[in-house]
Amino acid sequence: MKDFDIGTLVAVLRELLGPWLWVSLGVAAVAAVAFLYVVVRDRGVVPSRLVWSEVVAIGGGVAAVLITQRVTHSGFSDLGGPIDWVLLAALFIAGAIGTLIAAYAAFGLMCGGSRRRTVHAATPRADGYAPLARQASPRL
Amino acid sequence: MDTSSLRLGRRALLASGGALAAVGASLPARARVGTRARIVILGAGAAGLAAAARLSQRLEGAEITLVDSRREHLYQPGFTLVAAGLRRPDYVVGRTADYIPPGVRWIEERAAVIDPDARRVTTASGQLVHYDFLIVATGLELDYAAIEGMDVSRIGRDGLGSVYAGPEAAAATWRAMSEFADRGGVALFGRPSTEMKCAGAPIKYAFLTDDTLRRRGNRGRAELVYNSHNRVLFSVPIVSEKVRMLFRDRAIRVNHEHELAAIDLGAKIATYRTPTGLVPMKYDFINVVPPMRAPEVVRRSPLAWQSGPFAADGWVEVDRATLRHRRYREVFALGDVAGVPKGKTAASVKWQVPVAVDHLVADIAGTTSAEAYNGYTSCPLITRVGRAMLVEFDYDDNLVPSFPGVIAPLEELWVTWMMKEVGLKPTYLAMLRGLA
Ligand SMILES: Cc1cc2nc3c(=O)[nH]c(=O)nc-3n(C[C@H](O)[C@H](O)[C@H](O)COP(=O)(O)OP(=O)(O)OC[C@H]3O[C@@H](n4cnc5c(N)ncnc54)[C@H](O)[C@@H]3O)c2cc1C
Repeated sequence: MKDFDIGTLVAVLRELLGPWLWVSLGVAAVAAVAFLYVVVRDRGVVPSRLVWSEVVAIGGGVAAVLITQRVTHSGFSDLGGPIDWVLLAALFIAGAIGTLIAAYAAFGLMCGGSRRRTVHAATPRADGYAPLARQASPRL
Repeated sequence: MDTSSLRLGRRALLASGGALAAVGASLPARARVGTRARIVILGAGAAGLAAAARLSQRLEGAEITLVDSRREHLYQPGFTLVAAGLRRPDYVVGRTADYIPPGVRWIEERAAVIDPDARRVTTASGQLVHYDFLIVATGLELDYAAIEGMDVSRIGRDGLGSVYAGPEAAAATWRAMSEFADRGGVALFGRPSTEMKCAGAPIKYAFLTDDTLRRRGNRGRAELVYNSHNRVLFSVPIVSEKVRMLFRDRAIRVNHEHELAAIDLGAKIATYRTPTGLVPMKYDFINVVPPMRAPEVVRRSPLAWQSGPFAADGWVEVDRATLRHRRYREVFALGDVAGVPKGKTAASVKWQVPVAVDHLVADIAGTTSAEAYNGYTSCPLITRVGRAMLVEFDYDDNLVPSFPGVIAPLEELWVTWMMKEVGLKPTYLAMLRGLA
């Protein structure tokens, strides 16, 4: 590829997705902002919510792989060399991370700002032990 | 030619961020050269549109004119996907008008006469268009008439296919191939001995037919034969050898030095020219790839090669590194019509256009350009639906992979198929806008 840079990539993505490029960037931005909002609001990551988001994220990763294969008239039997597996893994990871962020934000917004389920970093107890939840699943 | 009249010193106007945003570009900010030069581009296909876009990005005040009567823009690399039943014909059809850069004039006519001595072009209606610089980008002509008995209107019937003849013909070819894949029989493939665009396309179609038969469980009922016009299967030796091995693997039989000379569409007999005379072959399906030549307006002009291997078919006599005409310095040729040893692909256009544009702009600015085209040509050689090889090479038959060590050129990969099916069209369209 001659002169392949970020500008070329944006131009190609614009041709590929048309207005959907802005829609998908918008959705990604909304999810990211919502995620940050929820994390800041709760002053940390809620472990149980994260676990459920991770479960959903696996589905998102699988969906990314299957949708790509469907759109491109291809399947697992077409994987030929190592780079194909790398691409497959990259698609899975990208789909999973995107879904994780969106799912965590969505769960967080649905649950409202419940402080009870939030793990606080430093709330020393009178007996000197760290809170149980913190021991079981450290704050991320 | 004396371009001094065009040189307005080095009145380089710095492109503002706003100007760049206007063309939607993220190109590095570059000085735009001011000029009143008249630049005429014949052909608004892949090369003509990409050149118009690049020139309007780099020049300020130039009078750029595109001459082409075709209102539809055809994304030809997609023809193969249409002929594989994976896309509808409208996937490959766009509007020329959508890709003409702002400020560029479009004369919706064919060029009828090129007079490089008088530096003017006459259109089909007799309009005279004068130029200071000319870019010939008329693509090539499919010479179906050179095959005795061939009738383009019958593509899609009686086992006759021809992927090259246009979007509808590609779709009709799929119908004929699909019917064949249900029934079985003998299928013939091959290519002409002339220069041709996307030399991998006939090979791809043999593989796609094999794949379709296998998916339908009918491979055992079919015999596939690839008739090569010469003693190899591809002009690049290492690729030729790889294709030979793949053909052996898929049980596609090969005949060498067989070129389609005539066809009897009713009796379904194709007759091949061979060193030992004419050889008739019965078929149930055939993919006809016609001989290809420069369009008549170029063949008849003084711009064509006068001698040597490119003379017979009228390709434009250009320097292989700069794409500049060897006798008329203000003339360039880009894309399929250029008389260079390699480079009849859209991928080559992507590499050729910036080179020729840089030389042209340097002429106007009174400088010189060191840009050179190395013959880069690329072909995603589909070996079945879902897999392809990314074959990239230069004038010297060197493999020049874009992703060395990552995407192996001679390996059948899914990633390459993804590039072909997802990445190629948007990259091509971005190229038309001068952004890739
Ligand atoms: C089946 C097939 C598969 C292909 N696969 C690939 C691929 O996988 N990868 C790849 O990179 N390339 C591929 N190509 C090749 C690629 O499409 C061409 O090389 C590319 O389009 C060449 O661009 P061009 O501008 O030279 O010609 P074109 O895009 O054909 O444009 C030529 C233009 O000139 C105009 N014209 C003709 N005569 C005149 C005249 N007298 N006056 C004015 N205008 C005129 C025509 O109307 C047309 O608009 C494929 C082509 C085909 C047919």
